[in-house]
Amino acid sequence: MSLKAGTKLEKVLAAGQFALTAEIGPPRGPDTEEVLKKAEILKGMADAYNVTDNQTAVVRMSSIAGSKLLLDAGLEPVAQMTCRDRNRIAMQSDLLGAAALGLKNILAISGDHQQAGASGKLKGHPGAKGVYDVDSIQLINIIKNMRDDGVQAGGDTLSAKPAFFIGAAWTPLGPPVEFRVLRLAKKVAAGADFIQTQAVYDIKAFGEQLKKAVDMGLTEKTAILPGIIVPRSAGMLRYMHNNVPGVVVPDELIARMKDAADPAAEGLKVTVELIEQVKELDGVKGVHLQAIEAEELLPDIIKQAGLSPRPEV
Amino acid sequence: MITAEWKPIEEMVGYLRGHRKVLLIGCATCVAECAAGGEREVETLAPLLAMAMQNDGNPIEIVSATLERQCEPEFVASIAEQAAEAEAIVSVSCGIGMQLVADTYADTPLYPGVNTTSLSIREEPGLWTSRCAACGDCVLGLTFGLCPVARCAKSLMNGPCGGTRENGMCEINEDTPCIWRLIVERATARGQLESLVEVKPPKNWSNSPAGGPKRMLREDLRS
Repeated sequence: MSLKAGTKLEKVLAAGQFALTAEIGPPRGPDTEEVLKKAEILKGMADAYNVTDNQTAVVRMSSIAGSKLLLDAGLEPVAQMTCRDRNRIAMQSDLLGAAALGLKNILAISGDHQQAGASGKLKGHPGAKGVYDVDSIQLINIIKNMRDDGVQAGGDTLSAKPAFFIGAAWTPLGPPVEFRVLRLAKKVAAGADFIQTQAVYDIKAFGEQLKKAVDMGLTEKTAILPGIIVPRSAGMLRYMHNNVPGVVVPDELIARMKDAADPAAEGLKVTVELIEQVKELDGVKGVHLQAIEAEELLPDIIKQAGLSPRPEV
Repeated sequence: MITAEWKPIEEMVGYLRGHRKVLLIGCATCVAECAAGGEREVETLAPLLAMAMQNDGNPIEIVSATLERQCEPEFVASIAEQAAEAEAIVSVSCGIGMQLVADTYADTPLYPGVNTTSLSIREEPGLWTSRCAACGDCVLGLTFGLCPVARCAKSLMNGPCGGTRENGMCEINEDTPCIWRLIVERATARGQLESLVEVKPPKNWSNSPAGGPKRMLREDLRS
């Protein structure tokens, strides 16, 4: 079996095991304890942990630095890289730096626009100059060419080839919905080894989009990990349905959370059920689990979903 | 057209403190079309600015003129007399016209009365929307005549990001359509959706403003 980067995530997938990734958002400061505290809670619970790149366009500790902290703490990171803040020169330089530090899983995404950011609570930097020199699909291809051919986007050769396992995002239910599977196909053609999706709550609608990907043979070429964000209240689900593009939450699920005596406990139950439902879908190779700013919820969910302990590979 | 928008009057007041006689000049071309710097706007702005200066304790005399094209030397030359008598010039043309005025009357301070904002079309009365980013590497032939460089918030070249709203509008402005949604719709209507599947390589931005100042030379026109 020939591996591209030999990360734990890649090995779990290659062994045909159901993969599990989680997310650790870096702090808005240099405090390593924040990262290490989350690492302590989640260690051993997932195969790899995404470290976000200034998500919602709010300045945080860099993804690469956060990823290195995780690596040193014994967790395998997935360093996220957005196209918002860096041109192709800076991106490739950071990728070489990441590789030098031992970071091998990279998730290439467009990134939240600087004016869409800050979640309404923080100021962010809406006056920042967005870079978008390359888009996420071009970035995926740049990373692939660095890895496979040892060549930079401009054509110069690298002195050594970095080993990367390349991830991409997919919003299966965003409009124009008929194009979304083709966009996935482009990401796969560009070099995406694995895919983490926008949060999935509508299993039927997701299943229909996924089936198109299966029919096109895409799930043979890339590993799809549906995203699941732990719901904590009906209001949170309604907010996501109304305000987060590409997130579709069925009315019944919102009603169920609304009627629950203990919404937090119900949210855990819902998450476990969602994991079980996506696991049944043809073409799903794992799950990407997020509990935004509530990472402590994840261990129980992972255990209840029968996904602990993680496979040794 | 090139669009422009008035700067806040307070900003203009800040520039003009200490000057007593000011020449306010408009342009009858693009900025007139976008209702920022044509004759009508100049005649509206002059008394507003005079009043604001009065209220600021710095009364000024404003002389106004609107040139046919503020980016053409012969028109700019026509205001030599007024320029010579003015202590400062405020221009409400685009940045191109402003700089020609500044170069022509280099001894007189030139202040901008507008911000030059875009290359847009008048979509409806009172509504202008971007059409071109002067990127120097036109892709309209690949995108069904709809520009993702100027009209996608992220200038994406390979399809829509995850930020398309349920109603097909852009995440960052609910009144701006996701241009990739429109490209996909037009491609679908022509039965050519497959043409969008090919991965477009990184763009060459060297012929755009990001590549540095433009110098376009046509030898055939110089002899």
